[in-house]
Amino acid sequence: MNLWRNIKGTFQPFWVTLRYLFKRPVTISYPEQKRTPPPRYRARMILTRDPEGEERCVACHLCSAACPVDCISMQAAERENGRRHAAWFRINFARCIYCGLCAEACPTLAIQMSPEYELSNRDPLKLVWEKEDLLVDHGGKDPDYNFYHHSGIGVVAPRGGNDDELPPVNIKTNLP
Amino acid sequence: MTDLLLTGLLILIKLGMVLAVLLTMAAYLVLAERKILARMQRRYGPNRVGFGGMMQPLADLIKLLTKEDFLPAQADKWLFLLAPGLAAVTALLAFAVVPFGPPLELFGRQIPMVVCDLNVGILYFFGLSSLAVYGVALGGWASGSKYSLLGALRAMGQMLSYELAMGLSIIPVILMARSFSLTEIVEAQASLPFALTNPLAFGIFFIAALAESKRTPFDLPEAENELVAGFHTEYSGMRFGLFFVGEYINMVVLGAIVTSLFLGGWHGPLLPPIVWFFGKVLAVAFTFIWIRGTMPRLRYDQLMAFGWKALVPLALVNLLATGGILLWLGGAS
Ligand code: SF4
Ligand code: SF4
Repeated sequence: MNLWRNIKGTFQPFWVTLRYLFKRPVTISYPEQKRTPPPRYRARMILTRDPEGEERCVACHLCSAACPVDCISMQAAERENGRRHAAWFRINFARCIYCGLCAEACPTLAIQMSPEYELSNRDPLKLVWEKEDLLVDHGGKDPDYNFYHHSGIGVVAPRGGNDDELPPVNIKTNLP
Repeated sequence: MTDLLLTGLLILIKLGMVLAVLLTMAAYLVLAERKILARMQRRYGPNRVGFGGMMQPLADLIKLLTKEDFLPAQADKWLFLLAPGLAAVTALLAFAVVPFGPPLELFGRQIPMVVCDLNVGILYFFGLSSLAVYGVALGGWASGSKYSLLGALRAMGQMLSYELAMGLSIIPVILMARSFSLTEIVEAQASLPFALTNPLAFGIFFIAALAESKRTPFDLPEAENELVAGFHTEYSGMRFGLFFVGEYINMVVLGAIVTSLFLGGWHGPLLPPIVWFFGKVLAVAFTFIWIRGTMPRLRYDQLMAFGWKALVPLALVNLLATGGILLWLGGAS
């Protein structure tokens, strides 16, 4: 019957709320209790190094192009041996929305999201992080990847010296 | 002469005590409501200021006092400034007729534990509860904002829907107690509270009281979802605070009225009367909070339909039945 259902539907919820009154809250009281975010959590970015301890970033600007809020800026530079790097590299964490598009765009796996989320600050200028603050001395999520061993002609190894590279073909032998 | 002076002094002391207790209760009711609601939703609620959040009302007060007192350009200045006071003062004044204990014997004098034992206490309470709507209505109208105006309109419509039923549900109580004075009504419940002898009147009055307090199933005048904050949208600082605290004082007062009219006031076994009184008031307040934690908001027309098509006829039937039974009992004896 409809009336009976209505009456029941009015009074049953009271029992639910009363029961919940005596249950333990699920809140995590933040500054005292901290939860460990999962390893793939998207918080602030790091700039990783390749297995040889060199900076992975080749200053290709792909991350800053992918960034929807334009908070990455850098200056490209090149070393004697032809290895590219960023002269300076700056992320404005006051603007970053932690979408992870930069990490997805990066061809060298240099820029990666890390689970470190405690960034809040009273001074927005302190949220502008330079390359020195961002650089870490490990390889992040894929420590064995070395971009220059797959690409970049003759920069870290002689031609044909990389893992999955064939030695250069002597074109003269192909002549008819 | 000295007698008159002494009486005046006693009234002043009682006034001060009642005011202090009422305001403290209202302030801590806010905290209690926030905490209880939070626990019902499996949160903690405010727990940072002081031990377990006990200083939160103080922090809120300081915050409200130091905020800017903003006057909208379109507002009707005097009415806008006056309305919050009206809302809080009417709620405070209504407590004057509530007896919170049996008369006290002190230095050979009878001191009634009520600020002012009017012989038409109920009518006084009704008058003030109708006036309280003016605070809301004028505040909403004077703000010069459409949300406030809609909230004010709703407050008026809401008053039309519940007040008749409220009045009709009290008449059986008056019939049974044969008095308009709240003290005598409480005395009449020495053996059995009226909530047990006339549960229908109790139910109707309780629902009407919920509507009067403008709380959750009937919080149409300040429905956040559609009206921002309803009648007090444009208010800031302590003027908003007055509306806010007025609402909670109103809750205490309504709890006290429900206690006096239906729950037997200070009567109760074992414990001292004042403890019983405050215990009952707090129980009613807890029920208010519990209802807020449980029920969704009704629609505007639903409240009207409910008030006029269910509560008023029920109250009328109840009035007739109570009158008939009383007549029959009186005739039999
Ligand atoms: S996470 Fe998103 S917003 Fe932040 S720097 Fe990377 S691309 Fe930009
Ligand atoms: S971090 Fe990656 S995407 Fe950004 S400039 Fe460096 S190599 Fe390119």
